[in-house]
Amino acid sequence: MSVAQAGATVGGSLDPRDGDREEPRRRSSRAGYLLLLPGMLWLLLFFAVPTVQLLATSLYDPNGSLDTGYAMTWSFGTYLDVLSQYRDPFLRSLYYALSATVLALLLGYPLAYAIAVKAGRWKNLMLVMVIAPFFTSFLVRTLAWKSILADNGFVVSSLQFLHLLGPDSRLLATSVAVVTGLTYNFLPFMVLPIYASLEKIDLRLVEAGKDLYADGVTSFRKITLPLSMPGVVAGTLLTFIPAAGDYINAQLLGTPRQYMIGNVIDNTFLVQLNYPVAAACSVVLMAAIVVMVLVYVRRAGTEELV
Amino acid sequence: MTATTVSRTSSLQRTGRWVGDHVVMAVALVVLVYMFLPIFFVVLMSFNQPTSRLSYEFDAFTWDNWANPCQSSGMCGAVVTSLQIGFLATVVATLLGTLVAFALVRHRFRGRAATSLLIFLPMATPEVVMGSSLLALFSSVGLAGKLGFWSILVAHIMFCLSFVVVTVKARLAGLDSTLEQAAMDLYANEWQAFWRVTFPLVFPGILAAALLSFSLSFDDFIVTNFNHGNTITFPMFVWGSAQRGIPAQVNVVGTVMFLIALGLVLAGSALQRRRPA
Repeated sequence: MSVAQAGATVGGSLDPRDGDREEPRRRSSRAGYLLLLPGMLWLLLFFAVPTVQLLATSLYDPNGSLDTGYAMTWSFGTYLDVLSQYRDPFLRSLYYALSATVLALLLGYPLAYAIAVKAGRWKNLMLVMVIAPFFTSFLVRTLAWKSILADNGFVVSSLQFLHLLGPDSRLLATSVAVVTGLTYNFLPFMVLPIYASLEKIDLRLVEAGKDLYADGVTSFRKITLPLSMPGVVAGTLLTFIPAAGDYINAQLLGTPRQYMIGNVIDNTFLVQLNYPVAAACSVVLMAAIVVMVLVYVRRAGTEELV
Repeated sequence: MTATTVSRTSSLQRTGRWVGDHVVMAVALVVLVYMFLPIFFVVLMSFNQPTSRLSYEFDAFTWDNWANPCQSSGMCGAVVTSLQIGFLATVVATLLGTLVAFALVRHRFRGRAATSLLIFLPMATPEVVMGSSLLALFSSVGLAGKLGFWSILVAHIMFCLSFVVVTVKARLAGLDSTLEQAAMDLYANEWQAFWRVTFPLVFPGILAAALLSFSLSFDDFIVTNFNHGNTITFPMFVWGSAQRGIPAQVNVVGTVMFLIALGLVLAGSALQRRRPA
């Protein structure tokens, strides 16, 4: 998943304001604007303007069609319809994305900790192994989960052998499969930022804690964990945001009963061609993400990210 | 405190530390296995001879998929399209993004906060929102019927740009600007100082940004799905054939991609070791 993928690769630099630190030797000239112009124009034309157009489209008359054209009727009612009609996919998206984020944190933190603190000379190898999933196609990897979780596959049969799964139960086409896929696909974005912030910790602080008779658990809780919080915040956001918008996992590993809001947006835009409804869904998804991120970042006490 | 309690606590602590050390490492290895399992299956399935089109299980071993990767109709064409779009998007995004990064680090200008926000936002927006926004724009100006290669390219350049800016900026900000001053003290003009000193030092960052752009573009499905018209990229091909049954050759492409990327990473780290930058 591209957005989070690269976001994790560049892990530490999420702060849009970090360019604000004035350096003494910055030149003030027209050249600066010339350098900025083409790139920023591109983002303005193909990111900012489309976002405004999306908002406008969501307020078009929902009774229009692509052939006859849409009239701008400021129909805010579309939002109410969308919220009631697609309540389940919306809630499912948030629920799946939250589950995947929590699981990725539980799996990713120990891995990041092991790489940063315990790996020694294996550090580089383990880091390459973390980014290795990126080396092959997202869709092909997700389809591989179809083989792994297949009804006659070794995962299902061993779970059945252990009686963790009923003899006729399956994993494919269930919520478990979708959340497994989501967790897997976005795990590297959890691991890399946490690793980056653990790596920066001065180990002498932990030693100092030990000198003051802190045991392992206490020094982890009072020193390591708080200092790694920026990585945890960045990692959870980089996992949650793309997971909430994803629909590949739900489509390939689930059934329509597992469909997320992304599936609805894709289907309404591209199959039903109902642009106002689809656009309203997109806007609601974006708004929900922005609100949750703001609340979360304030709670987590890291204001750097916004 | 008697001697025995001291030794008991210390041996307890030692046991605790041993468990702590090894449990963390064991969990880490299990997680790595989880991350590697699908790749193992992609390689495995590339040697599969499926009994039916909708089979996702390993049925029989064969070399056929590797011998005739293009037998699956349309797949090689889709790979070529993806390579073309990936190459062009990388060139344009790397160029424009590098210019922006230089402006951000080396120049003073008004509207810095707004600029940073505009660079940051595309990285924080779900792809489904970006893809549908672009489609809404294209159709509002009457281009909905003309989507294809060009619209995929425009979209890919857009979402690669931010990542190029961030990657190059990180390298540039870590650069010692006194090196340039030293070059100028030695009578290099600004142009020479840039090409002989600054550019070679920033180049690894630019290269990393280009590789990142290429892999983002080559692998993109969601944004492409909204803006592809009738043009089929490799991810679009995989998606389309997922409904009818995936040809095993798809896993050959997946394996080759993996090997090439792994080779590049290993070569890169070997170079770095020889010449610590």
